[in-house]
Amino acid sequence: MLRLPPFEFRMPATLDEAARMVADGGPSTRLVAGGTDLWPNMNRRHQKAETVISLMRIPGLAGIGNGNGSGELRIGGTTTLDAIESHPLVRERYPALARAVESISSPPLRNMGTLGGNVCVDTRCTYYNQTEEWRRSIDYCLKEEGTICWVAPNSPKCWAHSASDSAPILAALDARVRLVSTAGERLIPIESLYRNDGIDYLTKRPDEILTDVLLPDASDAASCRAAFWKLRRRGSIDFGVLSVAAAVWTDGGGKVAKARIWLGSVGSQPLFAGKASELLVGGRLDAEALLESGRLARKVATPMDNTDFLTQWRGVMVERYVEAALREIAGLPQERLAPNHP
Amino acid sequence: MAEPVRSPGDAPAERPERDTRIVGKPFRRVDGRAKVTGVTRFADDLSFPRMCHMRLVRSTVPHARIVSIDTSEAARVPGVLGFLTGASMPNTFGILPVSEDEHALCPDKVRMVGDPVAAVAAVTEDAAYEAALKVRVDYEPLATIASVEEALATPEPRIHGYSKAGGNVHKRASLEFGDVEGAFTEADLVLEDLCYYEGNTHLAMEQHAAVAIPEDVDRVTVYSSTQTPHYVHRALSKVLDLPASRIRVIACPNGGGFGGKSDPFNHEIVAAKMALQLGRPVKIVLSREEVFYCHRGRHPVQMWIKTGFKKDGTITGQHFKSALDGGAYGSYGVASTYYTGALQTVTYKLPHYKFEGVRTYTNKPPCGPKRGHGTPQPRFAWEVHLDKAAHRLGIDPAELRLRNLEDPETVTANWLTVGSIGLGRCIEAVVEGSGWRERYGRLGEGRGLGLACGAYLCGAGLPIYWNHMPQSGVQLQLDRSGRVAVFCGETEIGQGSDSVLAAIVAEILGVELHDIRLCVGDTDLTPVDLGSYSSRVTLMMGNAAVEAAERARDLLASAVSAQLEVPADRLVFAERRVFDAEDPGRGLDFADACVAAEARFGTLGTVGSYTPPRSPGRYNGAGVGPSPTYSYSACVLEVEVDPATGLYRPIHVWIAHDIGRSINPVLVLGQIEGSVYMGLGEAMMEEQVFRRLPKRLSGALVHKAPSMLEYKSPTFLEMPPVTSYIIEDPDARGPFGAKEVGQGPLLPVPPALANAVFDAVGVRIDQVPVQPHMILKALEAKRQGAEPRYGPASFPAVDFGETIRVPTPAQGGDGHATKEFERRLHRSKRATSGTMAEREEALEGKKDLTTK
Repeated sequence: MLRLPPFEFRMPATLDEAARMVADGGPSTRLVAGGTDLWPNMNRRHQKAETVISLMRIPGLAGIGNGNGSGELRIGGTTTLDAIESHPLVRERYPALARAVESISSPPLRNMGTLGGNVCVDTRCTYYNQTEEWRRSIDYCLKEEGTICWVAPNSPKCWAHSASDSAPILAALDARVRLVSTAGERLIPIESLYRNDGIDYLTKRPDEILTDVLLPDASDAASCRAAFWKLRRRGSIDFGVLSVAAAVWTDGGGKVAKARIWLGSVGSQPLFAGKASELLVGGRLDAEALLESGRLARKVATPMDNTDFLTQWRGVMVERYVEAALREIAGLPQERLAPNHP
Repeated sequence: MAEPVRSPGDAPAERPERDTRIVGKPFRRVDGRAKVTGVTRFADDLSFPRMCHMRLVRSTVPHARIVSIDTSEAARVPGVLGFLTGASMPNTFGILPVSEDEHALCPDKVRMVGDPVAAVAAVTEDAAYEAALKVRVDYEPLATIASVEEALATPEPRIHGYSKAGGNVHKRASLEFGDVEGAFTEADLVLEDLCYYEGNTHLAMEQHAAVAIPEDVDRVTVYSSTQTPHYVHRALSKVLDLPASRIRVIACPNGGGFGGKSDPFNHEIVAAKMALQLGRPVKIVLSREEVFYCHRGRHPVQMWIKTGFKKDGTITGQHFKSALDGGAYGSYGVASTYYTGALQTVTYKLPHYKFEGVRTYTNKPPCGPKRGHGTPQPRFAWEVHLDKAAHRLGIDPAELRLRNLEDPETVTANWLTVGSIGLGRCIEAVVEGSGWRERYGRLGEGRGLGLACGAYLCGAGLPIYWNHMPQSGVQLQLDRSGRVAVFCGETEIGQGSDSVLAAIVAEILGVELHDIRLCVGDTDLTPVDLGSYSSRVTLMMGNAAVEAAERARDLLASAVSAQLEVPADRLVFAERRVFDAEDPGRGLDFADACVAAEARFGTLGTVGSYTPPRSPGRYNGAGVGPSPTYSYSACVLEVEVDPATGLYRPIHVWIAHDIGRSINPVLVLGQIEGSVYMGLGEAMMEEQVFRRLPKRLSGALVHKAPSMLEYKSPTFLEMPPVTSYIIEDPDARGPFGAKEVGQGPLLPVPPALANAVFDAVGVRIDQVPVQPHMILKALEAKRQGAEPRYGPASFPAVDFGETIRVPTPAQGGDGHATKEFERRLHRSKRATSGTMAEREEALEGKKDLTTK
């Protein structure tokens, strides 16, 4: 079997200690929470570390509750995906988030995997997520040790795709994340956590620890309806090849006050379908508008031949899945067959 | 998941013999408790004192000469014990005597990414792994070949230099039985189709593993997860240059095989060599990626099929062509090639038939036998083609098949002897179960039913290497305690062969399953059984077991008869007793019967063996296809298709299998459901596919996704409910009338899906896996008035060589090819030279291909 290389494993007991360790650790230090991303990557040697710092022993970093008396919902960075999908507050106020989380991987991995880990999950590519020997066979790639992005050989940038299912729905719901380091903390909208670059896909500095995800009161189910649709080969385990997260706020008269449509897995970061969202504002969610919104959303997506399914077909699916998600929000009858949808 | 339902009115067939107590009844498999409690020791569970670990250094280039191998850096890894390279094992091996084209470690040239070039042993698995990564190999690249078309267009460089067909063609065949052109002339409808079946792999849960233990300097024992310990034994002897008598191979219970562990493998041989070199046990467990490189899975096959029909649906004749992408080695490829043409004739009457096939080498892992070996591809083409014909002729697809059913106990146009045929009853069962007559064509847009059938061997009629010996042997040894020890070379790969063996012996001797002590798959201790492949075990081992057990029963009966003064033929063996049928109180306990027999005859032992009947075919190529008898299956699959996305979901599968007679109906159901699962995987998503990088930048040719996560195979969630029907029509050739079930039920599943998609949305997908984008494309074509189809557009231009013409039984043939051709062939054969003899010569008894 594949073997983990030797490394030092550290388990700080407080956030301060963890922040100091990572600040002192240098470039060969990595953070780990559930390990469902890092350990397989280290087994295959495309992520390397001399020191791995676990966040799982830090009290208070996991948990779900109302943030400092406001209506905000706080989810701690090391809260397991399983705990989130089954939490009554999440299910009641942010059902689309629960749906996104329960679509991630398989139950055993959700028992270990955390929200912070999923938000920061490494970008994926079929030229990259391979063993050391396999990657030698292609002389590596731009993302790791090589010089060429084999997905787009003339491209100066890496096209590995974002693989987080929680990120698009959190972005659609206007979530914020807290990043803590020895230099202090900052609270940023989750959408500014990402960059559209397969290698340097996070704006988080290596010495920063993602401690919380905060969901605004205004995004809860009372004023906002949201939906999450995910396309993949097998509903039991696979990473998404497309995820659609949509949130729509309506005014008293049933007109759309605000809409946010985000796409996952079709770019190196979650992508905001701006025009597709704006189109809906001021109108009602009638079938034609939803169809048009899907068409506009497709223009944002950049599916590449670096994951499952035919690339062109995935482009068509952006249209269909955006429309389907919006129909769910509008309460229109569903015509789509989504075999792997929960 | 499944409803184990017997088809309506399917009462057990009448049998003159007495009722059985074990055979035919559901019983717990004899190895079941050990497996679910983790007691079973698979090859990877084995550990021995002083055992070290080995890893193979595999090629990272697809086709190249090896310039140098540098182990100096690797040797510095703490714990490293030794290395091996190809120079230490110059002898070649390979499962078929006609294509012994593999080396344990490549001595001079690599032919695919994953070819082993060196081996490292170390005290820990970690050290072996690290050291293997540090071995440096320099290569001088050669042009690569990635497809049949490239192989045909690129005779040089040759991946192998020995094949008589030349260039990168490994095997070609052209056989005509009867007069196919004449058959098309008399037809009212002649249909042509092009189909494609993608390659896929076995994906057995257990990765291959082996442990080799040296004794002295020239004896070695190899434990391995293998389906064929006997063939591994022969390969070890050849490559290690050791007499077979000094090598012991023990087949561990396999965590699934499906054909993927039927070849002798390089890692088994290298482990043995390393163990002899180091003088300590050596273990190797392959990674999942390495298993993808071992492969021997389903060949990707391009197909062309042309069939003539009368207005009433009668089939007049068929011409079928196949082109197989074989990968880097021969493996079972010659047999696979013939298998793509052999079994078209056993389901429906086909009076005239022509088959042409070609297999080429490519720089990819070798293809070989996977569940259904070479027959799911042509079966897919044939059954989709028949569905189209039914629509053209205006005949219900089930009815068309029923009208053409092959007759039982006949000889087909290509000289296969078919036995019992339960296919008609299979079709009726699934037609009834699925409500076919009321629902087919009437489910509305997006819902559909598809029907297809299949047939499979109950064991290959001929052994892999030419010999006149039995294909299975069973030895019984009884002692005064009443214990019955059964020795047989069979290999338990999860299919239940241990249970079948124990059940047959227990049934005949009238004892219980746990009175039987099994010793199986051990070349030092057990009589030869050729292995768990070609669905041969129940029939062949079963018949050998019947013979051995009946001989033991006769011995005991003779002793008991003398002691009780009851005629031997009146004695009954049941409930651990031997007693007088007319006075059941008069008898002996089984153990006392053994005492009586041991006192009378001395140590008690019997043997039984099985050799299949000789097949009537006498033409070159007649060696592939014959079987003592054939199993049959029929399947109806219901599918839901979304026309806007092409996404689809199987809703339900009804499948009926003609088993002859169940030894254990629970195991039969398990094999049926497992076959449906595997067939659906191939039909819906599985692809063993490869990637080339832009040639101006790289010579790479790599497996696209050699991992369990990215090689897509269905999970529980994708698995629809299955209704299984066991059709029993005992065949006198099988033990207790039993036929096979391990492979046959897979065959109808892929075409049933494609046919169901057509019923749902009116488009033809002429290839598997059926992908959603294909349905969408075909629907687009339909809207634009083009052919509502997705599939291959052409068949490669192949020179199949001279056609061997064989008169059919109906034409008064005798199984031989026409005389003129035979004479010419023999002349040209004498002129050929080379070390790789053709199987055909062996089949004609001209050459002994047995290895030393």
